[in-house]
Amino acid sequence: MVDQAPKGWTMNEVAQKLALDIPDGSYVNLGIGIPELVADHVPEGRELIYHTENGLLGMGPVPSPGTEDPELINAGKKPVTALPGAAYFHHADSFAMIRGQHLDVCVLGALQISGKGDLANWSTGEPGAIPAVGGAMDLVAGVKHIYVISQHTTKTGEAKIVRECTYPLTGKGVVSRIYTNLAIIEVQPGGLYVLEMAPGVTKEYLQAQTDAPLVGFP
Amino acid sequence: MIQKVVGSLEEAVAGVFDGATVMIGGFGEAGSPIELIHALIDSGAKDLTVVSNNTGSGEVGLAALIANRRVRKMICSFPRTANSTVFPELYKKGEIELELVPQGTLAERIRAGGAGIPAFYTPASVNTPLAEGKEHRVFKGNTFVLEEGIRADFSLVKAHRADRFGNLVYNKTARNFGPIMCMAANTAIVQVKEVVEAGTLDPEQVVTPGIFVQRVVEIAHPAHESELVAAKRRYPW
Repeated sequence: MVDQAPKGWTMNEVAQKLALDIPDGSYVNLGIGIPELVADHVPEGRELIYHTENGLLGMGPVPSPGTEDPELINAGKKPVTALPGAAYFHHADSFAMIRGQHLDVCVLGALQISGKGDLANWSTGEPGAIPAVGGAMDLVAGVKHIYVISQHTTKTGEAKIVRECTYPLTGKGVVSRIYTNLAIIEVQPGGLYVLEMAPGVTKEYLQAQTDAPLVGFP
Repeated sequence: MIQKVVGSLEEAVAGVFDGATVMIGGFGEAGSPIELIHALIDSGAKDLTVVSNNTGSGEVGLAALIANRRVRKMICSFPRTANSTVFPELYKKGEIELELVPQGTLAERIRAGGAGIPAFYTPASVNTPLAEGKEHRVFKGNTFVLEEGIRADFSLVKAHRADRFGNLVYNKTARNFGPIMCMAANTAIVQVKEVVEAGTLDPEQVVTPGIFVQRVVEIAHPAHESELVAAKRRYPW
């Protein structure tokens, strides 16, 4: 069975597909990790403005070695650059942008996403674990479009797209699209609609990898 | 004559009492007032409630304050980061309290505290464990949770330049929590790389007006937390 499993897209390919769906001129916040790949794939001629919640609009790429500034970092605390036209601001203003619905798109990773667009991405709820939430709950509550980018299943093959999240929620009914190595899925009031499937992925295979019911296919 | 600039770190942190609530600026190492934190360790103040986004790294700065058992409770959004071991170990042993707050809620609670707003409603954390037990209210069909403003006895903040009135400008993303923590403290204590003559800072460019600042100390060459952590330094040296 494993031998026959379609490989699907690479996460770089998924990031490229997601980047194509972000309109020119959007204000965008990218989460830590895989979401950061999206910035590498913005099509030519399209201008996006990146927001990082620690106080910068107009975030640019990683600086060349030797030019890093420890006081110019992103939300992942990694060195970044500021592009011409950038602006710095304090944390309350930064989250006014987020909570006040001024940002167009936020791309986040996920532990679980439910069929109703609930997102769990901050805690597995294990006893003894150190809980840490950062800005995720503010982002999902305030940004107009929340896109999740993730492997379709966990490393051990369990479904991440589930009927009900078993991990503590980040937000309820907040995810609008899910981009995985197997498919692009839209969360609609009637359920999960598959917009596109990776080469070799069948409806049956996709549903088998997805705990929540998929109600529409391309 | 108004002169908020003090001559030493010891003077800067004078009067921080046991049991005080202390806000500490910074997002990771950017904006972390490491020399002020070390001076606070030297002062001996303990049983502190500390409000800061993170819990420090290695055994310098905020992590050293925690390692030296001066902190009773942390109020923060992200208590674990790279090289953060001090807080997690004490937390697992039940020897330090944690109030976990979404980052934007933390920022707004501080801003509200400084602005004389006792509480506000926010959509962040609704339907999550962090909203449990809190008052909820529906506005225009959407549910919000009540969060209270926070005030501090003292804030420790790092800025870039100041004048004797306490007017401040910051450097890049080291600004982060600095301006709102100055607003929210009875005594805002700021370390800057450079104290300049009054009139040098363009009034159009001042980020924190001096009314929010009580003490300024010049630290011309502040340490970089990441370099100290990489060198495995531990405070007190």
